[in-house]
Amino acid sequence: MAASSSKPRVKVPETAKKGDIIVIKTLVRHMMESGHRTDRKTGEKIPRMIINSFSATFEGQPVFSAIIEPAVSANPYLQFTAKVERSGTFEFLWIDDEGVEYRTSRSITVEG
Amino acid sequence: MDLTRRQILELTAASAALAGVASLPVFAATEEAKARAARTAAMLADFVGSSTPQPGRIALNVAELQENGFSVPITVNVDSPMTVDDYVAEVLILADLNPDPGVLRLAFTPMSGSATVTTRIRLARTQTLIAVAKMNDGTTYIDKKFIKVTIGGCGA
Repeated sequence: MAASSSKPRVKVPETAKKGDIIVIKTLVRHMMESGHRTDRKTGEKIPRMIINSFSATFEGQPVFSAIIEPAVSANPYLQFTAKVERSGTFEFLWIDDEGVEYRTSRSITVEG
Repeated sequence: MDLTRRQILELTAASAALAGVASLPVFAATEEAKARAARTAAMLADFVGSSTPQPGRIALNVAELQENGFSVPITVNVDSPMTVDDYVAEVLILADLNPDPGVLRLAFTPMSGSATVTTRIRLARTQTLIAVAKMNDGTTYIDKKFIKVTIGGCGA
């Protein structure tokens, strides 16, 4: 599958205490063409082209994922939480209708 | 009162415009609206399976009045300890009068820590937003919010 050069924006705290529930904010740039709009010049429907899935893992373990429909706004924003017990790396993956993958990762240091 | 031809034409145009505005809220009674509501009901039934969704534990947080249907901020929160034995498995969010009722299907694990998600969605018109949570034991909880949308956000 193709990889996008577009860098998603993700905010994960750099440090946390063991057992903390942290807030993760994510945003990926994407027009999220719904498939319901009509081209005003040709009168034809503009084909659907959206980010259709998102997943967040921590050290390979699933934390949160979403199946995304055209009703999610352009540049889809997802804010969710994770419980951290140890230091490690979060991996984030978005996939669009053409199979293009958008990836990024963030590490966190967990104390105590 | 004597009206000139021009005045009559203007009045007719004005009343036609008014009628057009007045007919907008009646969308809910159209065949298309009934079809969308039926699709919503089918997706909801498919998600909950044999369980009957109960009120409580899940809360949809969204302002009732939305000026811009292209970007409606919403937060869904499910009350759960999020332990290995007792956690929220999935949340389905539906918009009953959007061209496609499906909005998001969210999956959680005990590592989620909480089932709290904030996002921004598109609402084509004034309608009801529905959120259903499925726990790991299969029980389901539902919340609904009626949202008034000034400018619809789906291009449909």
